[in-house]
Amino acid sequence: MEPNITLQIDHHTVEVPRGTTVLEAARGVGINIPSLCYMNLKDMCITNLPASCRMCVVEIEGRRNLAPACATRCENGMKVHTSTLRVLNARKTVLELILSDHPNDCLICPKSGNCDLQSLAVKLKIREIPFAGEQSTYKIETSPSLIRDMNKCIFCRRCEMMCNEVQTVGALGAINRGFSAIISPAFEQPLTTSECTFCGQCVAVCPVGALTEMDHTNRLINDLNNPRKTVIVQTAPAVRAALGEEFGLPAGTSVTGKMAAALRQLGFAKVFDTDFAADLTIMEEGTELLNRLTAYLNGDKNVRLPILTSCCPAWVNFFEHQFPDMLDIPSTARSPQQMFGSIAKTYWAEKMGIPREDLIVVSIMPCLAKKYECGRDEFKVNDDPDVNYSISTRELASLIKRANIDFNSLPEEDFDQPLGESTGAGVIFGASGGVMEAALRTAYELYTGQKLEKVDFEAVRGLDNIKKATVRLNGVELHVGIAHGLGNARKLLNEIKEGKSEFHAIEIMACPGGCIGGGGQPLHHGNSELLKARTHALYEEDRNKPLRKSHENPYILKLYEEYLGKPMSEKAHHLLHTHYFNKSN
Amino acid sequence: MSEIKLSENKVNELIKLCEAYGNQPGELINILHKAQDTFGYLPREVQEIIARQLGIPVSKVYGVVTFYSFFTMTPKGEHPISVCMGTACYVRGAEKVLDEFKRVLGINVGETTSDGKYSLSSLRCVGACGLAPVVLIGEKVYGRIVPGDVEKILKELD
Repeated sequence: MEPNITLQIDHHTVEVPRGTTVLEAARGVGINIPSLCYMNLKDMCITNLPASCRMCVVEIEGRRNLAPACATRCENGMKVHTSTLRVLNARKTVLELILSDHPNDCLICPKSGNCDLQSLAVKLKIREIPFAGEQSTYKIETSPSLIRDMNKCIFCRRCEMMCNEVQTVGALGAINRGFSAIISPAFEQPLTTSECTFCGQCVAVCPVGALTEMDHTNRLINDLNNPRKTVIVQTAPAVRAALGEEFGLPAGTSVTGKMAAALRQLGFAKVFDTDFAADLTIMEEGTELLNRLTAYLNGDKNVRLPILTSCCPAWVNFFEHQFPDMLDIPSTARSPQQMFGSIAKTYWAEKMGIPREDLIVVSIMPCLAKKYECGRDEFKVNDDPDVNYSISTRELASLIKRANIDFNSLPEEDFDQPLGESTGAGVIFGASGGVMEAALRTAYELYTGQKLEKVDFEAVRGLDNIKKATVRLNGVELHVGIAHGLGNARKLLNEIKEGKSEFHAIEIMACPGGCIGGGGQPLHHGNSELLKARTHALYEEDRNKPLRKSHENPYILKLYEEYLGKPMSEKAHHLLHTHYFNKSN
Repeated sequence: MSEIKLSENKVNELIKLCEAYGNQPGELINILHKAQDTFGYLPREVQEIIARQLGIPVSKVYGVVTFYSFFTMTPKGEHPISVCMGTACYVRGAEKVLDEFKRVLGINVGETTSDGKYSLSSLRCVGACGLAPVVLIGEKVYGRIVPGDVEKILKELD
């Protein structure tokens, strides 16, 4: 092992491993050097280091120029000063220059209160912007999921890194140069015609208000106050593991009961759970997996394996754009959001005697692609979407605050029945590996006819880029793979394309960490500990559930008995399955 | 895919060009140079084919094309006119010459006349400072140009 390095940072003598940057070393001893473009999600190997914003400059003895702490490696005997007059003045000037071409409409900016640039302006006590110059005048672009306001872009290039390096989508890139340089899709086309999957990871990392989500909160308030409409809500599993952060609760606090109480106070007629539909997804997708596997084992050469999960709308967009020759490999099962909408507007509405046109189904999602997904034509009946619209975890937090609800003192309440009942298998959908684990629990019991003693499949959990596991089903070895982040997904898809895939089933989630790291979640501000804590919260909730296998959900069994028949039945096909389109250029 | 449809021959030529560079993403700038030589400019379709050949996002290709002023997405005219705006030419009145070209042709820098005959660009130093101000039309160099020469030169080209 290489010996550590010892250096002096302000009044601290610091010992760090070789390769550590001055910024990391300083933060390790509690000196919080400000930064803007820098981002480091260590556990997922996601870093953004263009060293372009120059907010983190420090003085190093013996060097003529100030050095960016984020891109300067520690050296033995180095003497670093992080807050000399020269450093403070330089940082102030840098910030003033950035602000000179930044709209100062903080009062009405969607990112206000959550903006890194705003926080820095507060921290550095900027009271005037001495540089008056040309201002950018770009048109604000809206799409079903994202809003791009390039007037606010500070060119940190985090979004470009996420879109290209992590997701390998390549929708966003830097174009033009000098003052005209911006981040844009190719040929300045709209996001909707580009390869954009609407995963929202660009929004999740944007430090300013340049990339934000399409907001439906005002529309929802109007609907909730319309006496002619019955408005019901479904909440995705990952939301309960992160919503508390918006109210100052420690990351990883599960707020399921408080969230249900808050939704009821907001005025929803019924508070249901997407986890119910997650259990339903397992019934359909698990059956599809077993059907394909059985056919394969019986010598059917045409059967398509591995089967790929289809819960994630950004992932669906990704393969429709980038792998159009493989549209028959993913499961045809709709996502839990869409299964919920479909069942709510047929089975439940019929049961309750509510005409379809009077029923509004809203979803609360950790995701921005879900906003796009519920507008897809396949998921509409006579132009009426099964899910009317989707709001993000952040938007829900904003609604709760606006309604003057004291979230932290709310009682714990339950979801309504029947569409609020779920098993632990539905809960873990929100973490990478969760869908596969849920499918394994059910597939094992359905295939072998035996009780699964140990329901925890540790091998499919965690933040490793690609996870693998082998499960024995009565002498048959089932190989499963899990990828989170579209770049990792691409690797597994290329293996399939080359005929080298070892897997029978693959779970893919577009966002790093799975839905808990979705583009609609409270912003992580570069802290991957948050993602770990959220994951932990979901597995804890699963562990404490009396039922942990989807096929044991009594209301799911009742739904099949009363309405659908059995999984993959004609009715189930009509209501719960879908097809895919070639969207490549 | 964009609207302009290249002929199959042209597409094959472009694919061969990329292959000659081993379809290497690192050769993007060289490939764009050659492609601009061949087509006179770099329309969207050309960029899309290059991106596909090299296995890189088209946003990356477009980023490079828009970064370097040498690359253009506007077709060059039959007679591409470049006015040198290097230091020597500039101090000897190149800007007035450029303005005169703009006035007579009715186009701006980076544009092409509607009949496709002339296009106008400015460049930095052709290494003929002794002849300043210099105008390059196609491969031909015109030296010591004054605004009054502009109409005459254009007439000769007609």
